[in-house]
Amino acid sequence: MSAKIYETAADAVAGIEDGSTVLIGGFGMAGMPVQLVDALIDQGAADLTVVSNNAGNGDTGLAALLAKGRVRKVVCSFPRQVDSWVFDGLYRAGKIELEVVPQGNLAERMRAAGAGIGAFYCPTGVGTPLAEGKETRMIDGRTYVLEYPIKGDVALIGAHRADRMGNLVYRKTARNFGPVMATAARLVIVQVSEIVETGDLDPEAVVTPSIYVDRVVTA
Amino acid sequence: MSLDKHQMAALIARDIPHGAYVNLGIGRPTLVADHLPADSGVVLHTENGMLNMGPAAKGDDVDPDLINAGKIPVTELPGTSYFHHADSFAMMRGGHLDVCVLGAFQVSAGGDLANWHTGEPDAIPAVGGAMDLAIGAKSVYVMMTLFAKDGSSKLVPECTYPLTGVGCVDRVYTDLATFLITPSGIEVRETFGITLDELRARVPVPLAG
Repeated sequence: MSAKIYETAADAVAGIEDGSTVLIGGFGMAGMPVQLVDALIDQGAADLTVVSNNAGNGDTGLAALLAKGRVRKVVCSFPRQVDSWVFDGLYRAGKIELEVVPQGNLAERMRAAGAGIGAFYCPTGVGTPLAEGKETRMIDGRTYVLEYPIKGDVALIGAHRADRMGNLVYRKTARNFGPVMATAARLVIVQVSEIVETGDLDPEAVVTPSIYVDRVVTA
Repeated sequence: MSLDKHQMAALIARDIPHGAYVNLGIGRPTLVADHLPADSGVVLHTENGMLNMGPAAKGDDVDPDLINAGKIPVTELPGTSYFHHADSFAMMRGGHLDVCVLGAFQVSAGGDLANWHTGEPDAIPAVGGAMDLAIGAKSVYVMMTLFAKDGSSKLVPECTYPLTGVGCVDRVYTDLATFLITPSGIEVRETFGITLDELRARVPVPLAG
């Protein structure tokens, strides 16, 4: 079904359940769907597993969601940053679980989820602590680690423009995890700077086709 | 005289082949970009989805949607392209990047790299793209000081810090010497303000001159 356009971020995030796995786009603040995350805070869902590259910056967006105690576990590649004090405090107090995933595996595991791949052999991390306990296999003289998909119940994504069907284009490096996350969750919610009429996006330039997108709101 | 970080960056820049596709790790390796000649033809890749990245953005050019892997605002150059994260890391893993330059805590005689985690109990592990880069780029250059603050060598028989990648490092550029990691051992390509004998006395791995 084509995407539905929502009037407010609060309407767009309605129905997210406690215990959900939520994929949150962005690399630092570029592409971070701040209004959707703020709406999720107000909506109140708790006991969440959040999959995102970072574990929050400063005191807004994902950091604010963490500060409210709504997140049970973070799956990310790079939690520790100069402005990740909210996560750092929770982690050191033992109040949040952390799964560190190499950044490319984070992206590829979500890509696999979206593409219906059951698991894949990947050379990243072989012989490191992040591959401990995982199945390995020698293929053509090289060792690979078996990696499983990461599926989301919900994805929250920031894009640049949508048309009314839900086709998306992004802007510069704010694209980052958006297109992959859009394929990997059952419910995909997108905030955009602008919604244009269907037909007004160049079909050759569409990055995320409408089939992946469920809800769109301007922010 | 030993090299300062800018001289190390200049040395690495000179060794990068014309027209190479290159990823510079966050921190000191980003200095290499300042020393690439205008006609180098080098195309910089940033893991967050961009090829042909330009210099850091200043003033009105700062755009929060245009940042590098260190989350510093940067600029476009003619020929820039953008792509999503799965594509960006496929470029690494798929062997499409010619060179990456990374910092390190330790490098072993066999080319193992440790650069992501000190393993200390209260340290928060953060790997980012380091493991993907280490095993993906065709050539992996490390840029580091040879000795830690406590005087211990960072070139070691076996890494004691948690590994980033196994047997992945090709060259180690340090303030005191440049090392080539070869199947037959470590060769010292050049030294700066130290003799080979002095190096051998302080670095606990066999060094071929």
